[in-house]
Order: sequence, then C-alpha cells, then structure tokens
Amino acid sequence: MNLELRPEFTIISDWIAPGSRVLDLGCGDGTLLRHLRETREVTGYGLEIDPANILQCVKNGINVIQTDLDEGLQDFDADSFDYVVMTQTLQAMHYPDRLLEEMLRIGRQGIVTFPNFGHWRLRYHLALRGHMPMSRALPHSWYNTPNIHLCTINDFEQLCRERSIRVLDRNLADDRYRDRWTARLWPNLMGAIAIYRFEHEHSGAKRGNAA
Amino acid sequence: MSKEFPADSIGLVSPRTLKLDEPLELDGGQVLPGFELVYETYGTLNTDRSNAVLVEHALSGHHHAAGYHAGERKPGWWETCIGPGKPIDTNRFFVVCSNNLGGCHGSSGPQSINPESGRIYGADFPIVTVNDWVRSQARLADALGIDTWAAVVGGSLGGMQALQWSIMYPKRLRHAVVIAAAPKLSAQNIAFNEVARQAIITDPEFHDGHYLEHDTIPRQGLALARMLGHITYLSDDAMGAKFGRELREGRFNFNYEVEFQVESYLRHQGQSFVDRFDANTYLLMTKALDYFDPAANFDNDLSAALAGVEASYLVVSFTSDWRFPSSRSREIVRALLDGDKDVVYSEIEAHHGHDAFLMPIDEYLQLFSAYMDRVAREVGA
Repeated sequence: MNLELRPEFTIISDWIAPGSRVLDLGCGDGTLLRHLRETREVTGYGLEIDPANILQCVKNGINVIQTDLDEGLQDFDADSFDYVVMTQTLQAMHYPDRLLEEMLRIGRQGIVTFPNFGHWRLRYHLALRGHMPMSRALPHSWYNTPNIHLCTINDFEQLCRERSIRVLDRNLADDRYRDRWTARLWPNLMGAIAIYRFEHEHSGAKRGNAA
Repeated sequence: MSKEFPADSIGLVSPRTLKLDEPLELDGGQVLPGFELVYETYGTLNTDRSNAVLVEHALSGHHHAAGYHAGERKPGWWETCIGPGKPIDTNRFFVVCSNNLGGCHGSSGPQSINPESGRIYGADFPIVTVNDWVRSQARLADALGIDTWAAVVGGSLGGMQALQWSIMYPKRLRHAVVIAAAPKLSAQNIAFNEVARQAIITDPEFHDGHYLEHDTIPRQGLALARMLGHITYLSDDAMGAKFGRELREGRFNFNYEVEFQVESYLRHQGQSFVDRFDANTYLLMTKALDYFDPAANFDNDLSAALAGVEASYLVVSFTSDWRFPSSRSREIVRALLDGDKDVVYSEIEAHHGHDAFLMPIDEYLQLFSAYMDRVAREVGA
C-alpha cells in the first residue's frame, strides 16, 4: 500500500472510538487495522482480494479474510461492527451504491475515503488539456485504471441524500493530505481527497453517536 | 548405505509406537480395551513444552509426514511443508504426526490382532470417528507431556481433525490450521465415498472383510476405490494438462485395454495403492469422513459448535478444489466470524484440485510460513 495514504489513517483513527470493532473493506497490507489496534485497541477484520496484500496482513498480525467485495458481504451479520471502513476503494467497485448500503447494514457507521473527481487539477486536465485526468491521487491511465466509478464530492453527497445517509464528518485534504483553508472554502474544487464518516438517518437517534 | 538428504529435509527419521492400556470408549458405543499409536516426531520440544505442533493426516496418509525412512527414496507425504526453513519449521517446532486409529500403517486397526478372539480384527475393528481420533491423539499428547499444542494442522480430513480438536479441547491448542477442508461432507462427497465402498465390498475377495484370513485381498475393489478417489483429488484442468487425450500407442485399438494415458495413470494409481493400503481401513476412513459433522450436536448450527473455541485459525482453500471447494471453507470462516474468533482466510489460486494442499505452490507456502511464524513468535519458538 502507498505510504502517501498514511495521513488519512490518522484522520480516520481520530474518528474511531477506542475499543470498537472495525471491518476494513479492501484493507491492503493491514496498516490501518494494525495502527488502530495499536493506538485505539480496536478489534476486527480486514477484507482483501490481493494475495500479496493478504500475505502482508498475516505478517502484520491482522485477521484478514480473502474476499471479493463485488460479490457482496453476506458473510457478515447486520450490526456486527461499530465501523465499516473503506479507504480508496469505493471508486473501484462495481456497485458502490450497494456497497455503501451494505456498510451501514453491517456497521453502525461507515467511513470512506476517495479521490474527489471535482478537484481543480482534474478539471483542468480534461477541460484545457483534453486528456483523461491524472494526478497524485489518480495515477493510472484511462486504459488500466481500476477506478471505474469515480465521483465528485457533490455526487457522493447527493447519493447519500438519496439513500437517507447522514454525513457525520467530512474532511477534505489536498493531494498531500494537508488541511487547507481553500479546501474548506471550496471543497469540491480544492479538495483532492475526501474522507467521510456517515450513518443511516434513522440509526443515529436510535443508538447514539459512537464517536 | 550412505545417502545425502536435501538440506531442507529433516533427514533420517524413524517411527515409534505408543501403547496405551486405558480403555477408549468410541462414539459408536464400543470400547477398545487398549490401543497402539505409531507416530513420528521431528525437531526438539523446548523446555516449556510450548512449541509442539500436531500434524493430522488425510484419508490415505500416515504418521510418516516428513524426512526419510532408512533405505527409502521417497520422503514423507508432507515433505513440502515440514522441515528446516519450511512452513512447519523443524528448527522452531517440535512436530508430531501419528497414524490414525483404524489405520493400516502401524496404529491399532483392522490388521491388528483382536485381543478377545486372538484373530485379526478385519471387519470387526470398530468404526471410529473424527472425535475418536482426536480423543486418542489427546492421550498421545498426554504421554508426550504436551499440555497445549502451539498448533494443530491438517489438510482435507486432517483439517477436519484440526477443527474438531479446537472444539473438543479448546484449551489444548493455540492455533488450528484448517486446509482444503469442509465442516461436513456434501451429499455428493458421501456419494463418491459410497461408490468406493461398494467397489470394495462387492469384490469377491472381500469375504465380509475377513479377507486376510482367507489369504487374499480385494485388490480389484480397492484399486477401483482409489481410482475413483483420485479423480476427485484432481481438477479437470490438472488432468487435461497432464494427460489430455494422449494415446499410449498413438491410435485407437478398438478394444478395452488401456488406450488413453489417463487410463494408464489411473490403473497405476489403483494398483500401487493396493500394495500399501488396507481395504478395511479405506472403508473405515470414508465412514469417519461421512459421519463428520460438528454442527450436528448444536442444532446444525456451526456457529454454535464453534462458539466455545479459543484457538486462532488459518483457513485455506484452493480455487480448483471441487471436492471441498472454497465455499465449504467459507462456511467455517463465517461461523468463526459469528463468534468474533481470530481467523485468517485465503483462497489460493491453484490448478491442482484438492491435492493442491500437498503441492509446492509459492503463494500457499508463503502464507503458511507467515502464519506459522506468527505461531512460533507467540510461543517463543
């Protein structure tokens, strides 16, 4: 996993209550779960499809279950985790909308991070240079990218509204994960990486806020 | 004779026999007045006796899991995974493997003498279950002074025993490694076993299981059973890659002799099996497989059966295994997840079919090694 992703792990772990149960979808080499275990006494599992990452997870002492997220999460019971986390994976899913709902079926809260396709640099790439956008957060060419469902912050928040998902926290960072006033002022234009914490609209009142 | 062993082999090994005089009450209701288990050990038991690993064998396996017997050219059946620097590293672990009760490689079984009659047991040897095996192995652990296994490890029927160990003796193992297994057989699995048994039982030389007293063996039936079994151990792809439609003489002879290479291979597998395996043991082992179902005592709820386990698990399946496909391993994983148990699950890409668990597949060996390294560090080995 990319070392550049570590700053978002810090933001995520600040959102996670100590001692909670976490399911990490597309957990990579298990760095986040290991970090959460060591700093927040978190328990849980990582789901991963890539054998090289699974091997690293075992070396990191992570409970990793080889899973193709596109085949669904029916092995997991409803409400069996405090948080279901998915970093930099949503845009590579066949059915990101269904997966978001699955996250909130299994967990009380969801946390996702994704590259904001509305970022000015990507708009510039397409509008002025006439090429499919590439950036630090989106380094692939159009023909070999795993990212088949890219979205902007506006798109994501619209989907949340349509599916009765309430956003609890939002953090926009630039592509070096620095917190910038520009990103706070014009998130969809200046934020390169979006980090969200959310829950079902009907669930917060019932169970209270976990974090 | 002088023989150089490969550097990553444990080298020369020899079996030992443990005689246990305490009666063993079996699931089937019968009582064995006493029994013998033949076993091998590799590596050294550390001073706090924490580094012992129990290796469980599959249907046609035995206690000779690794290293070489004097004068033999072939190593033990899991030489790929047991030895210095291998996944079950004999530099770190004390490895124990015994021949299952009812086996035909030295442990008490159908070829032993029945103390009550003074005759060879034959078909009179009681059918034993996976639970019975685990109980008998617990006695072996007692005799060896091993209170807690660092891990109980097995593939196929061996994996089922590892799973059952964790259910029956939750405090006596820290890890269970369950490879290419299933939580119970499917109807199709049982059907294959039944055809194999019928092949043996209907052989005119079977003599109701007392063939040894008639100075014969049901050669044809046992060979057929093995041929059938062997087909289920390989994948269509593996067979295709190995034999395709290749003809021995390059043309059809329009008769029923061996023509295709795959026929020749299967007949050879069948015939060579007859020389090293006992038909009654084959019957018994397939029955133990059929009966295995730890969820049965828990309203068919595997999660409930595994609720009390304390071990951590490594569960491994192989993509081309159609005998115990990945979906069967996932049943085990799902039940463990229900109970918040520690589990790692991986489905290894392999074209070998069920037999993949015996093969040197890089991804598999690396994962297995990484997991066993975790086990070793935990127990200070």
